[in-house]
Amino acid sequence: MFEVLMIVALSLLSIAILLNIYRAVKGPSGADRVLALDAIGINLIAGSAILSVLLHTHAFLDLILLVGILSFIGTIAFARFVERGVVIERKR
Amino acid sequence: MIAALFILFGVSMSLIGAIGLTRLPDVYTRSHAASKSATLGVLCTLTGTLLYFLISEGYFSIRLILGIFFVFLTSPVASHMIIRAAYRSRVPMAETSVQDDLQEYMRKKAGQAER
Repeated sequence: MFEVLMIVALSLLSIAILLNIYRAVKGPSGADRVLALDAIGINLIAGSAILSVLLHTHAFLDLILLVGILSFIGTIAFARFVERGVVIERKR
Repeated sequence: MIAALFILFGVSMSLIGAIGLTRLPDVYTRSHAASKSATLGVLCTLTGTLLYFLISEGYFSIRLILGIFFVFLTSPVASHMIIRAAYRSRVPMAETSVQDDLQEYMRKKAGQAER
Protein backbone atom coordinates (compact mmCIF):
# COMPACT_ATOMS: atom_id res chain seq x y z
CA MET A 1 0.00 0.00 0.00
CA PHE A 2 2.69 2.44 1.04
CA GLU A 3 4.89 1.58 -1.93
CA VAL A 4 1.94 2.05 -4.31
CA LEU A 5 1.36 5.51 -2.83
CA MET A 6 5.03 6.38 -3.27
CA ILE A 7 4.98 5.23 -6.90
CA VAL A 8 1.87 7.37 -7.51
CA ALA A 9 3.68 10.33 -5.94
CA LEU A 10 6.73 9.77 -8.15
CA SER A 11 4.61 9.63 -11.31
CA LEU A 12 2.76 12.83 -10.37
CA LEU A 13 6.13 14.48 -9.77
CA SER A 14 7.39 13.35 -13.17
CA ILE A 15 4.27 14.83 -14.81
CA ALA A 16 5.11 18.10 -13.03
CA ILE A 17 8.69 17.96 -14.28
CA LEU A 18 7.44 17.29 -17.82
CA LEU A 19 5.23 20.39 -17.67
CA ASN A 20 8.23 22.38 -16.45
CA ILE A 21 10.32 21.04 -19.33
CA TYR A 22 7.58 22.18 -21.72
CA ARG A 23 7.89 25.71 -20.30
CA ALA A 24 11.69 25.56 -20.44
CA VAL A 25 11.56 24.61 -24.13
CA LYS A 26 8.80 27.01 -25.20
CA GLY A 27 9.38 30.00 -22.88
CA PRO A 28 9.57 33.24 -24.84
CA SER A 29 12.18 35.01 -22.71
CA GLY A 30 15.34 33.85 -20.98
CA ALA A 31 13.87 34.46 -17.54
CA ASP A 32 11.09 31.95 -18.26
CA ARG A 33 13.62 29.26 -19.00
CA VAL A 34 15.68 30.02 -15.89
CA LEU A 35 12.49 29.97 -13.81
CA ALA A 36 11.43 26.61 -15.23
CA LEU A 37 14.88 25.11 -14.65
CA ASP A 38 14.82 26.36 -11.05
CA ALA A 39 11.44 24.71 -10.55
CA ILE A 40 12.83 21.48 -12.04
CA GLY A 41 15.72 21.60 -9.55
CA ILE A 42 13.33 22.07 -6.65
CA ASN A 43 11.17 19.20 -7.86
CA LEU A 44 14.25 16.96 -8.17
CA ILE A 45 14.87 17.49 -4.44
CA ALA A 46 11.39 16.15 -3.71
CA GLY A 47 12.00 13.28 -6.15
CA SER A 48 15.19 12.16 -4.41
CA ALA A 49 13.40 12.32 -1.03
CA ILE A 50 10.57 10.10 -2.32
CA LEU A 51 13.10 7.71 -3.87
CA SER A 52 14.94 7.35 -0.57
CA VAL A 53 11.61 6.52 1.11
CA LEU A 54 10.83 3.98 -1.61
CA LEU A 55 14.20 2.25 -1.31
CA HIS A 56 14.35 2.40 2.55
CA THR A 57 17.81 3.96 2.60
CA HIS A 58 19.47 6.96 4.22
CA ALA A 59 22.04 7.29 1.49
CA PHE A 60 20.18 9.85 -0.62
CA LEU A 61 19.65 12.38 2.14
CA ASP A 62 22.97 14.09 1.42
CA LEU A 63 21.83 14.46 -2.18
CA ILE A 64 18.86 16.63 -1.12
CA LEU A 65 21.10 19.25 0.48
CA LEU A 66 23.57 19.08 -2.41
CA VAL A 67 20.96 19.52 -5.17
CA GLY A 68 19.41 22.38 -3.19
CA ILE A 69 22.69 24.27 -2.92
CA LEU A 70 23.67 23.64 -6.56
CA SER A 71 20.26 24.72 -7.87
CA PHE A 72 20.40 27.93 -5.84
CA ILE A 73 23.90 28.82 -7.03
CA GLY A 74 23.04 28.07 -10.65
CA THR A 75 19.88 30.16 -10.52
CA ILE A 76 21.68 33.13 -8.98
CA ALA A 77 24.43 32.92 -11.58
CA PHE A 78 21.93 32.83 -14.46
CA ALA A 79 19.95 35.71 -12.98
CA ARG A 80 23.08 37.84 -12.79
CA PHE A 81 23.92 36.86 -16.35
CA VAL A 82 20.47 37.88 -17.63
CA GLU A 83 20.60 41.14 -15.70
CA ARG A 84 24.14 42.40 -16.33
CA GLY A 85 25.72 40.26 -19.04
CA VAL A 86 28.51 39.00 -16.77
CA VAL A 87 28.43 36.61 -13.83
CA ILE A 88 31.45 37.81 -11.85
CA GLU A 89 32.20 41.51 -12.08
CA ARG A 90 35.66 42.99 -12.20
CA LYS A 91 36.53 45.52 -9.52
CA ARG A 92 37.87 48.72 -11.03
CA MET B 1 0.43 6.80 6.98
CA ILE B 2 0.62 10.48 7.91
CA ALA B 3 3.98 10.56 6.12
CA ALA B 4 2.26 9.33 2.94
CA LEU B 5 -0.37 12.05 3.35
CA PHE B 6 2.33 14.71 3.64
CA ILE B 7 4.20 13.39 0.61
CA LEU B 8 1.07 13.16 -1.56
CA PHE B 9 0.00 16.68 -0.57
CA GLY B 10 3.45 18.05 -1.41
CA VAL B 11 3.60 16.30 -4.77
CA SER B 12 0.13 17.47 -5.79
CA MET B 13 1.10 21.00 -4.75
CA SER B 14 4.13 20.97 -7.03
CA LEU B 15 1.97 19.50 -9.82
CA ILE B 16 -0.42 22.44 -9.41
CA GLY B 17 2.58 24.77 -9.58
CA ALA B 18 3.72 23.16 -12.81
CA ILE B 19 0.24 23.52 -14.34
CA GLY B 20 0.31 27.19 -13.37
CA LEU B 21 3.73 27.48 -14.98
CA THR B 22 2.34 26.27 -18.29
CA ARG B 23 -0.96 28.15 -18.30
CA LEU B 24 -0.33 31.66 -16.96
CA PRO B 25 0.25 34.52 -19.43
CA ASP B 26 3.54 36.26 -18.55
CA VAL B 27 6.76 35.67 -16.64
CA TYR B 28 5.72 37.47 -13.45
CA THR B 29 2.53 35.48 -12.87
CA ARG B 30 4.38 32.30 -13.78
CA SER B 31 6.99 33.08 -11.15
CA HIS B 32 4.18 33.70 -8.66
CA ALA B 33 2.78 30.25 -9.39
CA ALA B 34 6.03 28.36 -9.59
CA SER B 35 8.06 29.67 -6.65
CA LYS B 36 5.44 29.52 -3.91
CA SER B 37 3.78 26.24 -4.78
CA ALA B 38 7.04 24.45 -5.54
CA THR B 39 8.49 25.66 -2.24
CA LEU B 40 5.45 24.49 -0.25
CA GLY B 41 5.41 21.20 -2.15
CA VAL B 42 9.03 20.36 -1.48
CA LEU B 43 8.71 21.43 2.17
CA CYS B 44 5.76 19.07 2.66
CA THR B 45 7.55 16.25 0.85
CA LEU B 46 10.70 16.61 2.96
CA THR B 47 8.60 16.77 6.14
CA GLY B 48 6.86 13.57 5.07
CA THR B 49 10.21 11.88 4.49
CA LEU B 50 11.43 13.03 7.91
CA LEU B 51 8.27 11.64 9.56
CA TYR B 52 8.64 8.36 7.65
CA PHE B 53 12.19 7.74 8.85
CA LEU B 54 11.28 8.90 12.37
CA ILE B 55 8.27 6.57 12.64
CA SER B 56 9.50 3.49 10.82
CA GLU B 57 13.13 3.40 12.01
CA GLY B 58 13.43 5.94 14.82
CA TYR B 59 16.07 7.75 12.76
CA PHE B 60 16.07 11.51 13.11
CA SER B 61 17.86 13.07 10.14
CA ILE B 62 19.59 16.40 10.75
CA ARG B 63 20.36 16.60 7.03
CA LEU B 64 16.67 16.66 6.17
CA ILE B 65 16.09 19.44 8.69
CA LEU B 66 18.95 21.37 7.09
CA GLY B 67 17.50 20.69 3.64
CA ILE B 68 14.07 21.98 4.66
CA PHE B 69 15.59 25.10 6.20
CA PHE B 70 17.82 25.76 3.20
CA VAL B 71 15.05 25.35 0.60
CA PHE B 72 12.75 27.54 2.67
CA LEU B 73 15.39 30.28 2.74
CA THR B 74 16.78 30.14 -0.78
CA SER B 75 13.87 29.40 -3.12
CA PRO B 76 12.06 32.78 -2.71
CA VAL B 77 15.41 34.57 -2.99
CA ALA B 78 16.17 32.80 -6.27
CA SER B 79 12.73 33.69 -7.64
CA HIS B 80 13.20 37.32 -6.61
CA MET B 81 16.57 37.49 -8.40
CA ILE B 82 15.13 36.03 -11.62
CA ILE B 83 12.17 38.39 -11.65
CA ARG B 84 14.34 41.43 -10.94
CA ALA B 85 16.59 40.42 -13.84
CA ALA B 86 13.53 39.97 -16.06
CA TYR B 87 12.19 43.41 -15.18
CA ARG B 88 15.53 45.12 -15.72
CA SER B 89 15.97 43.45 -19.10
CA ARG B 90 12.46 44.70 -20.04
CA VAL B 91 10.51 41.50 -20.41
CA PRO B 92 6.97 42.73 -21.21
CA MET B 93 4.00 42.14 -18.92
CA ALA B 94 0.74 40.58 -20.07
CA GLU B 95 -1.78 42.81 -21.84
CA THR B 96 -4.28 42.48 -19.02
CA SER B 97 -2.04 44.16 -16.43
CA VAL B 98 -3.17 47.70 -15.61
CA GLN B 99 -0.61 49.39 -13.41
CA ASP B 100 3.19 49.54 -13.36
CA ASP B 101 4.44 51.61 -10.45
CA LEU B 102 8.04 50.50 -10.69
CA GLN B 103 8.47 51.93 -14.20
CA GLU B 104 8.24 55.59 -13.14
CA TYR B 105 10.60 54.96 -10.25
CA MET B 106 13.17 53.36 -12.53
CA ARG B 107 12.82 56.21 -15.04
CA LYS B 108 13.36 58.81 -12.32
CA LYS B 109 16.37 56.92 -11.04
CA ALA B 110 17.84 56.75 -14.56
CA GLY B 111 17.31 60.53 -14.90
CA GLN B 112 19.18 61.14 -11.67
CA ALA B 113 22.03 58.98 -12.86
CA GLU B 114 22.37 61.06 -16.03
CA ARG B 115 22.63 64.35 -14.16
